[in-house]
Amino acid sequence: MGIELLGGRILAPFFGSSVHIWGSIITVFMLSLSFGYLIGGKLSTKNASLTRYGFIFLIAGIMVLPIALWSTEIMEVIFLTIEDSRYGSLAASMALFFIPTIVLGMISPYSVRLLVTDKEKSGQVAGKLYFVSTLGSALGTIVTSFYFVMLFEVNDIIYTFSITLILLGLSAILFNQYSQKSTQNIAKAIHE
Amino acid sequence: MNNCFKYLLILVLFFSLQVDAEVIHKERSLYRNILVEDNHNLRCLKFNVKTSKSNQSCLYKNDPQRLVFNYTKLLFSGLLINNNPQKILIIGLGGGTMSNTLHQLYPNAEITNVEIDPSVIKVARKYFGFFENEHITSKAQDGRIFVKRAALKKQQYDWIILDAFNGDYIPEHLLTKEFLAETKQLLTEDGLLSANTFSVSDLYAHESATYKAVFGDFFNVRNRKNSNRIILTSQKPLPSAEIIAQRAKALKNSLSPYGVNIFEITSNMTSTAFDQDWPQGVKLLTDQYSPANLLNQ
Repeated sequence: MGIELLGGRILAPFFGSSVHIWGSIITVFMLSLSFGYLIGGKLSTKNASLTRYGFIFLIAGIMVLPIALWSTEIMEVIFLTIEDSRYGSLAASMALFFIPTIVLGMISPYSVRLLVTDKEKSGQVAGKLYFVSTLGSALGTIVTSFYFVMLFEVNDIIYTFSITLILLGLSAILFNQYSQKSTQNIAKAIHE
Repeated sequence: MNNCFKYLLILVLFFSLQVDAEVIHKERSLYRNILVEDNHNLRCLKFNVKTSKSNQSCLYKNDPQRLVFNYTKLLFSGLLINNNPQKILIIGLGGGTMSNTLHQLYPNAEITNVEIDPSVIKVARKYFGFFENEHITSKAQDGRIFVKRAALKKQQYDWIILDAFNGDYIPEHLLTKEFLAETKQLLTEDGLLSANTFSVSDLYAHESATYKAVFGDFFNVRNRKNSNRIILTSQKPLPSAEIIAQRAKALKNSLSPYGVNIFEITSNMTSTAFDQDWPQGVKLLTDQYSPANLLNQ
């Protein structure tokens, strides 16, 4: 949500602040989230593990980077090719936000897969997860729009999001490897 | 005593006018509420009901030529920099007063009005006598996009009037260093930019520093009575006080029918070369950092 909010700021220099800007941004986010849910769910059916989960975060963190690194160049090309600012802003939001948001969307269903251990409790787990992720979205929205834009540059905020995602991913991968090792050690000890 | 009576009369008149205000048109456009209000002889365009500062444009129905607002009058200070603008770009239409007046003053000048809200253009035409002809056009578009496209087409303007900041919301992308650099590209050699903007709040320092970074020193034109100020910048270095005084003399008669006292305006102009009233080292507004609405509280 934080990124979605910054989307308006990022597009404004090229496509203005008309209503259709928000139309474009919200459309692209909804579209890519829906694909992300689908792919994340599918992915969770095969060898679901914390390591793979961590990789989703890692990839999301990397995919967010082009927004900070090349958004001006990307938008310049689109601005020159598409005269109508409605389709221009739609194309620009596609180019900038489609892929990272798909990857971010994969996180939710994958989390459900990892957290559900008991079929009876699956609804509760999903409910808690929606609670946490939607609450997080709300927080991200208000903090970004009320304070971050006042304190930092847009790109700095994007970099912060990216670093956070990458760190989360890495810690998931490392944690998984560490815990696997320790279970192996225990198994070994028992064996001996 | 006489004075006291005068003020009392004004006060009474003021309240009676308030009471008699009659809304003759009301609509909710894509961007805002639009209201047209008639107060006896005064017709005003409003973008919001509650705040009193929300008057966007007003005209005297029996004397449409005479300008009502101080800031509109202050905008004519631009003519002291270039007294024969032939290509004029107005960003932010309001009631279309500037366009109409400039057409009367310079019938052959080509005037382009850019306004984001198509409903404002319609209302200006219907209730404020805004007109278009072979010299005057209007376009419903975001100002930033218009400027970018105009730069691509290598269009040039003698005078760019930026009047998009009235009301409760500031378009943040029209305050940044990048935007100002884009408008500077559009100016002819004798070109100038007038921006109607703010003189209070934290935004003042940031905005001033940004203009100075792009254009160098500029004139602040203001009237002690209200919180508007006009930033007056030009492609060339600012003219000297003598030249300004000369030009003011030449302009005086042609501007007086509109209620513009150009001498008074010159006395309210200060150059930032001599009078920089904001602290050094203030952060510039850029496309990366432009929390204008948060700063303007």
